Amino acid sequence: MAQSPPPTSRAAIGSLVLIAGVVAAAAGAFAYTGGFLSPERLTPPKLVGALAPPGGPALGHRRNHAKGICFTGSFQSNGQGAALSKAQVFAKGDYPVVGRFNLGTPDPNAPDATVRVRGLGLQITAGGQVWRAAMIDPPFFPVATPDAFYALLEASHSKDPDAMKGFIAGHPEFATFAGWAGSAPFMASYAQDAFNSLNAFLFTDAAGATHAVRWSYRPQAQPEPLSPADFAKLGPNHLETEIAERVAGAPQRWTLVLTVADPGDPTADPSKAWPEGRRSVEAGTLVVDKVEDERDGPCRDINFDPTLLPDGIAVSDDPFPAARSAAYARSYNLRTAEWKDYPYQAPASPAAGSTVQP
Amino acid sequence: MNAQSTRFTVLQRALHWLMAVGILAMLFIGVGMVSTVMPKYLPLLEAHKTLGIVILLLALLRLAVRFVYGAPALPAAMPAPMKLAAHLSHYGLYALMIGMPLLGWAMLSAGAYPVVLYGGIRLPSLLPPNAGLHALLWQAHVWLAFAFFALILLHLAAGLFHALIRRDGVFESMAPIAGPREGTTPAE
Ligand code: HEM
Ligand code: HEM
Ligand code: HEM
Repeated sequence: MAQSPPPTSRAAIGSLVLIAGVVAAAAGAFAYTGGFLSPERLTPPKLVGALAPPGGPALGHRRNHAKGICFTGSFQSNGQGAALSKAQVFAKGDYPVVGRFNLGTPDPNAPDATVRVRGLGLQITAGGQVWRAAMIDPPFFPVATPDAFYALLEASHSKDPDAMKGFIAGHPEFATFAGWAGSAPFMASYAQDAFNSLNAFLFTDAAGATHAVRWSYRPQAQPEPLSPADFAKLGPNHLETEIAERVAGAPQRWTLVLTVADPGDPTADPSKAWPEGRRSVEAGTLVVDKVEDERDGPCRDINFDPTLLPDGIAVSDDPFPAARSAAYARSYNLRTAEWKDYPYQAPASPAAGSTVQP
Repeated sequence: MNAQSTRFTVLQRALHWLMAVGILAMLFIGVGMVSTVMPKYLPLLEAHKTLGIVILLLALLRLAVRFVYGAPALPAAMPAPMKLAAHLSHYGLYALMIGMPLLGWAMLSAGAYPVVLYGGIRLPSLLPPNAGLHALLWQAHVWLAFAFFALILLHLAAGLFHALIRRDGVFESMAPIAGPREGTTPAE
């Protein structure tokens, strides 16, 4: 091979310093990019860590909406949604569904009446593509941005008695949510709750036009609104027992309503509901026909990441779905890595037990 | 090419430098995306998956090209342990170029995720869903990514060491453009 005379020792030392400098610069740039040098950056581990209760997270479980129960069923599309999106799921037909009713708490054993927010995780599979979503029952989100959500979690876990006051002063939108939380009744069954996307997504129709859309699954069951005290009397695990019994008796249904933004409606801020009177489309019916315990049910190891979308639906300028995707992936990585801590052997809840193989 | 040539073929050098840029980009995109919750998380993740699969394809092509054209012999004057280190590190680099994308793809499959690339290209699942396996593959992807970066830094330092201090033609054998010594007779 080509050889040239070796460098003088001074030049060699200079070269070694240069090499060390190049390596150090590359390592430094890598550490900077990874946020190792920026403790103030809001990272997924930080955001997910902030969800944990003071005693630490429940290992092996979802870091939020930890209490839940699985179901399967179908989405019966009536074809109307095709006016807004070319996604296969809106072509007329029946598509299989896996989902999860859940409570917005990091504690998998929280008594039902202590949890204000209820959720629905949903996966619809159509034409080989999945549409995953995670929706909640309030009509708007407590805060306007992911940063504000982190600030809310920090304030609510703070030892400083004025932390919440300070947070509310800086985030006026939170008052609207607090008003809902203090006044909305507790429904006696998951089957009576509406579940809302809150985040806006862009639907693209067959002609290539895009529409900013939020959606809701509206219950077809008769609502039985209860006061917090009356709901608490039903027992700490009423919702799971009740939904398992109810579905064992008859399939339960929700209507999917797609709501289209008017120009100027706030698509980037889920704390602001859109005004009444927007164009809306009933796209089909969610039919839940089997409920199974989470511990060996089909929903446990699914991440209902709201950015896993079929062709024809995409994220909008709403900053939440990206933040949620990053946080849910973190939560999923942690809980799957902690599978040894998940209570596989715990007794099944009495009602759902009947639908579960031993 | 045979062991007597002093340089890798143009195709090999082109692949080496193209992939060096691509792999460094992958490592930076990787640590960048997992440390942000901003909207750029989603395009970064999409770029990461897409470029990662491109790297897998290029690495397989590169390995085939390597079998066909071989590599120039290392200088006879190089001490045996140094040669061994060079060869082992090259095996490691090839293994990681092929292994990392496969781990990424398999990890998403085991996690029951759809694997969607740029332009809506959907890859089939490599493995059936399995939570424990997902966690294992995730940990392997993360730790091997850091090992990959460390090995590349070592490889970079060694390359510069050859170029600036040993001046034995090893760097020139892979240099993107012919250096002034192109065409000189091999010293050995
Ligand atoms: C930045 C804001 C948010 C953060 C950090 C966050 C965090 C989380 C985490 C870590 C999980 C557990 C994921 C898993 O392990 O699979 C989760 C689940 C869930 N989240 Fe969020 N979330 C946010 C916003 C929202 C919003 C806006 C909604 C509703 C519109 C929502 C509804 C749900 C539901 C329904 C689940 C349960 C899904 C399931 O059954 O797996 N979240 N959230
Ligand atoms: C991202 C990173 C890189 C990867 C994955 C990589 C990978 C490799 C591999 C696998 C080989 C062995 C080729 C073979 O035998 O078929 C090689 C050779 C080489 N690389 Fe890199 N490389 C990278 C970056 C660099 C950089 C930044 C330099 C600059 C100093 C460099 C300089 C060299 C040299 C001089 C050789 C030839 C070694 C010999 O003749 O045996 N590489 N590289
Ligand atoms: C040359 C190939 C690749 C390299 C060097 C690479 C490198 C990395 C790095 C450095 C990270 C961040 C690790 C951390 O700090 O947590 C990462 C994460 C990730 N990679 Fe790759 N990767 C490669 C290929 C792929 C491929 C082909 C896919 C999928 C198709 C993929 C999917 C992912 C995912 C999903 C994450 C995020 C993991 C999480 O949820 O935290 N990677 N990768």
